[in-house]
Amino acid sequence: MDTLRELLARLRSFFRKQARDEDLDQELSAHLDFAIEDNIRRGMAPEEARRRALVSIGGIERAKEEHRDSRGLPALDTIVRDLRYAVRTLRRDAGLATFAVLIVGLGVGASSTVFSVVDALLLRPLPFDDPGRLVWIANGQSENLSAQTVQVANLLELREHSQSFSVVAGYSPFYGAGDIRLTGTGEPERLTGVPVTEDFFRLVGIQPQLGRFFTAEECRWNAPKAVVLSHGFWQRRFAADRGIVGRSIILDGAPATLVGVLPASFDFASTFTPGSRADLFYPFPLSPETNRSGNMLALIGRLKPGVDLRTAQTEATVIGARIQTGRREGQWRNAFHPNLSTLRDRISGRFRYALLVLAGAVGFLMLLVCANISNLLLARASARQKEMAIRTALGAGRWRLIRQMLIESVLLSCCGAAVGLALAFGGTSLLARLDGTNIPLLQGVQVDAAALAFTLAIAVLTGIVFGLVPALQASASSPHSALKESSRGSIGSRDRAWTRGSLVVCEIALACVLLTSAGLLMRSLVSILDVELGFDTDSVLTLRIDPGRAHSTHVQQLSYFDRVLHNVRSVPGVQAAGLTDALPLGENFGWRTWTLSAKGQVYERDRRPHALVRIVDESYLETMRISLRAGRSFTHADNASAEPVIMVNETLARTLWPGENPLGRLIRTSGDRDWRVIGVTGGVRYFGFESDSGAEMYLPIRQSGDFNTVDLVVRASRTPSELAPRIRAALKTVDPNMPATRFRTMRELVDHSVFPRRFVVLLLTGFAGFGLILASLGIYGVISYSVTRRKQEIGIRMALGASAGNLQRGIVAQTLVLALVGLMIGVPAAWMAARAIQGLLFGVTSSDPVTFAAVLALLVAVAALAGYLPARRASRLNPLDALRCE
Amino acid sequence: MTPKKLDLMQGTLDVMVLQTLSTMGSLHGYGIARRIEQTSGNQVLLNQGTIYASLVRLQQRGWIAAEWGTSENNRKAKYYSITKRGARQLASDVERWGRLSDVMSRVLSATGEDSG
Repeated sequence: MDTLRELLARLRSFFRKQARDEDLDQELSAHLDFAIEDNIRRGMAPEEARRRALVSIGGIERAKEEHRDSRGLPALDTIVRDLRYAVRTLRRDAGLATFAVLIVGLGVGASSTVFSVVDALLLRPLPFDDPGRLVWIANGQSENLSAQTVQVANLLELREHSQSFSVVAGYSPFYGAGDIRLTGTGEPERLTGVPVTEDFFRLVGIQPQLGRFFTAEECRWNAPKAVVLSHGFWQRRFAADRGIVGRSIILDGAPATLVGVLPASFDFASTFTPGSRADLFYPFPLSPETNRSGNMLALIGRLKPGVDLRTAQTEATVIGARIQTGRREGQWRNAFHPNLSTLRDRISGRFRYALLVLAGAVGFLMLLVCANISNLLLARASARQKEMAIRTALGAGRWRLIRQMLIESVLLSCCGAAVGLALAFGGTSLLARLDGTNIPLLQGVQVDAAALAFTLAIAVLTGIVFGLVPALQASASSPHSALKESSRGSIGSRDRAWTRGSLVVCEIALACVLLTSAGLLMRSLVSILDVELGFDTDSVLTLRIDPGRAHSTHVQQLSYFDRVLHNVRSVPGVQAAGLTDALPLGENFGWRTWTLSAKGQVYERDRRPHALVRIVDESYLETMRISLRAGRSFTHADNASAEPVIMVNETLARTLWPGENPLGRLIRTSGDRDWRVIGVTGGVRYFGFESDSGAEMYLPIRQSGDFNTVDLVVRASRTPSELAPRIRAALKTVDPNMPATRFRTMRELVDHSVFPRRFVVLLLTGFAGFGLILASLGIYGVISYSVTRRKQEIGIRMALGASAGNLQRGIVAQTLVLALVGLMIGVPAAWMAARAIQGLLFGVTSSDPVTFAAVLALLVAVAALAGYLPARRASRLNPLDALRCE
Repeated sequence: MTPKKLDLMQGTLDVMVLQTLSTMGSLHGYGIARRIEQTSGNQVLLNQGTIYASLVRLQQRGWIAAEWGTSENNRKAKYYSITKRGARQLASDVERWGRLSDVMSRVLSATGEDSG
């Protein structure tokens, strides 16, 4: 208590120096007067009285000094003094200071931005209540979300028998973006609605901003529809109207009651389905009807306090096994193999690796920045040697000098950090606004308190790191030799040249690591983009067109599609148009699989093959340029009255009839429907470049109405912007209520799917380029410094007849030695780094000779250039000037 | 030859100032310094200027209060007086010093007997 009071008082005094000093002056003069009076009263002469009074005070200045020390913050005083001095010296060196601030700024900007991303994805808790206890309950080991889902009866079983979870709830991922049509007031719009179980919001532990969540009544089968709005949709469509609760809107032609609005902090889409929207939520009933749909639910559980993941896993496995043994033939009950992971792992776990690589790269970059500025400061330190010597001679201790130098460098780095923060603010807001990426939680990326603290820490740390070597060097030399020393030949400066040389060597090595990693990843990206997707991505435009409830029977829907296709095909520039229910790389559920069998074949239980289902029209293959390997494609005649036909891809054909001709065979799907195989297609990578196509089958849309969403695909010779309004007009004539807003090109979908990788490559390439520039500046700086120092020597040599070429060769050779030493360290380091990022590589090995050779050649070339420029300057010296220069 | 004056130990001046103010009431800096010199029988080597560092320290700890006033011969001076918290502090300091000097004298005299 007293110490705190004293500290505050000292702080106050620190800021009121002048008032306190004036006070003391008055007091001391009063003191002197009292003393003199006293002495005179004792019979002294006035002169003597004054002298004695001064003696007994013991020095006015000393009294003042002691007073200041005991009332204020002496340590802070000296720091402030040092800071003032630092500002003055840096202002004298404005060029160097600006340069250093910019470099540090770029480095800090990069690190803070990367930190913010790492923070949002890996460090910050998920925006839910007590998120550490939330567990993703997958079904089986598959990466594919469709294969992870769970049947309703199995959810109920788990919920009933598990002792580990306080809540088990889920959402059904089988909704399509834009599945729901909003009509009635205002422009008709396609909305994305997520079906969630009754407990879902209670599970994640959020409160509605307005209204309430679903009641048990609303979660019954066939109950009147109730919806909860996402915060974003509420703001966009309803202008954040607080009176919205209880109102009714028309969804898919039927009324639905708005019962609540979610808080802004709960962003379902960015957490669970990055890259898509979630406008509203509606109940998913846990009923016999939904049970019959099969594995429909993505499950999340909340662990009870004190239960860990492993216990829960063991228990869930037992429950899964019991369900397995209890299954009877004919009963509609799917297998359940619970596979638990933390929700955080599920959401951002797959980005951890790439983020760690980025963080590592930024670390290397910061080291490079430090080495570079160290080098600059060292150059300046030699210019300041005399200043340091004079200060030492005047009694400054070594620690005092080091502190002065460190304060200068920390001041530099903090100014740099201010620039860096501005960059980081820009960078993070850019990232947060990126639309349609499949990186989760990106909307939450921002420079927050944690990022600010990180930036401050890194600023001080870099300041100390890059300031330490120059500070130690500057304070090391004895004043005696420093004052005597001329600009060349002393031990001290030779030492310094050696230090600068090693810093440059480090810079080259670091740049080598960055360049190699960036090069390998760039080559990976190139080879990924070279991967055959199985269809032609150029000049294809797509649009959601499924009619919803307006055309409820299959026949009505088909006639609607026929009219759409007819109108679209007559738009000038359109070469082909087709339909599909599963767009490659799209967000609609192209990952739906069916179990099936080659007719007549008997499979073991749970061993029946399954395949991805695509329901398409007869011109889809042609429009997408998906290759037909054998047989024929669908025709207009493959309709409801004809024999059911099917196309399979080569993978499925191999699975069902290894080594045999699949054409003409029969495939049996659930419901004992038989389909005649008429064609074999090439595989299509529906899920992106890095996942295989898997087993696929195509059903004709005229024979199967079992689709949720339908996308129109159009191949055209016109640009999308020309085409879109014409297609929109063509559709309006078929159905004026059809929302036709979201045209996307296949190219956009491809770009989205490679975005995370491209993002990493882009950043790393940027870092590597920056690193290369820093390293070459470092080389240039050191070589030109040594050339300047050796001016006289060069002059003598030239006078003695050395040719310009001789001199240049010598200096360039000196540069190359530095570069080679740097590479001797850098190449093994790069090799190790390459092995560390192996998991991110695609189509190249971590020891890819092309990359390594290119990096080597690049660095040697840059080093040679950086050495050649000072060399050329040196060789153009006039020998007379050079000799006279001192 | 006059005996050498005692150098003040760290922290002792503060206690003396408190004690002086406690017995004398309100005093200015010069008065406090003179009083300490007198009561110590001129045994203490006191640079009177040092007293001001001590005064500002005690004031910032809240143990004494200061006020500008006028002396009997009409000179403007800062007058110090002890506060309640200062009095409490003094009491505990006095107790501590009493024990310390007690112990010191006991230990020192005991050593003398043993070796003698």
